[in-house]
Amino acid sequence: MAFNRPPLAGDAMATTPTVRSSSFSRNISTSAASSASSPTPGSRIGSGGAAFVSSGIPDLDRILGGGFLLGSLVMVMEDAEAPHHLLLLRNFMAQGVVHCQPLLFASPAEEPRAFLGTLPAPVAASKEERQRAPGPGHDEQDQGLRIAWQYKKYFGEQQFSDAHNKDSKQEFGNNFDLRKSIERHMLSAQNVDCISIQKFSNLAPLRERCSSFLSKLPGNGAGLAGRIAIQSLCAPQCGFSDWDMVSFVRSLRAMLRYSKTVAIITFPSFILPPSFSKRWQHLADTLLSVRAIPDEDKDLAKLLTGYQDMVGLLHVHKVAQISSQVPVILEASTFSLKLQRRRSLVLERLNQAPVEGSSGTSYGTAGPCSGSLKGSSIDF
Amino acid sequence: MNHSPNLLDEALGLTGRGFGCGALSQGRVVLVEDCVETSGAFVLHHLVKRALSTDSGGNVIFIALSHSFSHYDRILRKLGCNLSMHREHNRFHFVDMLKVEFPNEIQKNAVEHGLVDLYSKILKAVEVSSSGDYSRAHISIVIDDLSILEIVAHGSVDHVLDFLHYCITLTSEQDCSLVILNHEDIYPEMEAPRLLSHLIYLADFVIKAEPLVTGIAADVHGQLTVLKKGTFNDSQYTDKASNFHFQVKENGVELFFPGTRC
Repeated sequence: MAFNRPPLAGDAMATTPTVRSSSFSRNISTSAASSASSPTPGSRIGSGGAAFVSSGIPDLDRILGGGFLLGSLVMVMEDAEAPHHLLLLRNFMAQGVVHCQPLLFASPAEEPRAFLGTLPAPVAASKEERQRAPGPGHDEQDQGLRIAWQYKKYFGEQQFSDAHNKDSKQEFGNNFDLRKSIERHMLSAQNVDCISIQKFSNLAPLRERCSSFLSKLPGNGAGLAGRIAIQSLCAPQCGFSDWDMVSFVRSLRAMLRYSKTVAIITFPSFILPPSFSKRWQHLADTLLSVRAIPDEDKDLAKLLTGYQDMVGLLHVHKVAQISSQVPVILEASTFSLKLQRRRSLVLERLNQAPVEGSSGTSYGTAGPCSGSLKGSSIDF
Repeated sequence: MNHSPNLLDEALGLTGRGFGCGALSQGRVVLVEDCVETSGAFVLHHLVKRALSTDSGGNVIFIALSHSFSHYDRILRKLGCNLSMHREHNRFHFVDMLKVEFPNEIQKNAVEHGLVDLYSKILKAVEVSSSGDYSRAHISIVIDDLSILEIVAHGSVDHVLDFLHYCITLTSEQDCSLVILNHEDIYPEMEAPRLLSHLIYLADFVIKAEPLVTGIAADVHGQLTVLKKGTFNDSQYTDKASNFHFQVKENGVELFFPGTRC
């Protein structure tokens, strides 16, 4: 389903020739499509020979510079108040199912299979084209705002080249509709393996399972990338010892290094003693954290635009880097989680709302920001 | 390959003439501390490169717990140092501890035996270095990183400290120096930080990589503080602390005093 060329793509190009400002855009898209289509569907080779798989959230792939690096360990710090980490997990696992990539899912629940029923379905490709491609009347309307938005023509070009790359992008990453569940027949393939960690007294069985999962994957070069998703590893009901858990994380990281797999572990970091929480954070290659947004926070509503649509916040602490000592510095590291049209997850940079004249100088907005968010940092 | 020493080299006393000028002088223990926000691995890469450069002609024994050989090879290649070639010439010894486990269930004193094993590997490498072509050369033992050694030892700080003490005896008996990378934010201030305080006591140099107070920036990646342990020389006490900012690049690290960069 991900490999069908949507028939509307050609139409979209034909009806909006005026939006294109240079004739290079079509050529760029075809060459990009051909270079991006790697022998293994679902993974992409980035700069420096690094291979990526999609996280299931196209915005997150873009923020992280391509997606999740194969062979890396992604860790997500959970929030005590809201289960937003499940959104990330669901999209990650659904993306793997769509690409038929082998998936191992471990959770402290009694019946992890039940979680598979909540995975979202990918958004149909044709609808996607209509939404993303700018309409024909779009450009003429904006001509009137020439003074303020003189740079919009550059944004328009970018959007359009994105639409051109839509074909290659569909192969790599999908948008998921959170209101619809994934179809049963996709889940019933043998590629999805579930394990409940609650009944174990220590983590040795899980380590064994991961090791056999990784060894069953086909060797380098050929074959699909694998995905491992572990939910709430240090959940209190499991009762694993601190050193046992951190030892497991370390050995999983070592196992991943030599394999074409991405593992994502979500963990409630507030449950661990602070020193162990830091140890886990150091072991992560990519470190994210999700935070809930209080529902009716007037100060935040004044501070940020689009506050009502925000579901939560995502903060990027570390981004995996391969073969390089240069750290990845993002322009913005905190993003808002929003549900676009209540179905697909988007990440947006935070925008400070225009300061009202009556509320004083703009410096005054710094106060409620740090106060209401309990002193944790937000980077605009 | 001659290159001018940067601020870090000056602070560590790596400048100078003659054989062995690029290497840390005998009996030096260097502790590199970093945190989640700012990684200090680039300091290790820089010291390895300095040790293996043709000026100094030193040897390096690298105990890798954190990454694989190809990772370091690719990084140091960009810095201008060919690890594969040095490994063939026995100037660079790579002890791969990435997947090594000391399983407590199988053997009773597994951790102890495991660490004794590791120490004997280091000893062997030291003997090989001392008897080879570069027999007069200085040997640097680099550990990346110590917190993972703690995990491997299932948290028994005593065993890890014993192992470190054995390594430090090498620095006095043979011409070795010890460079350790550790994560400083793992040890909270509330509890008694046994391992950390021991390390600081044992180290001659403490290099701390921290983020800037003002937060993340694209052109200044953090600040480096180099503390030189105080020594008594003819009843004169000298110690030194330097602080500078750094920007990590693919081919090296740029160090500058705060505010001096144009």
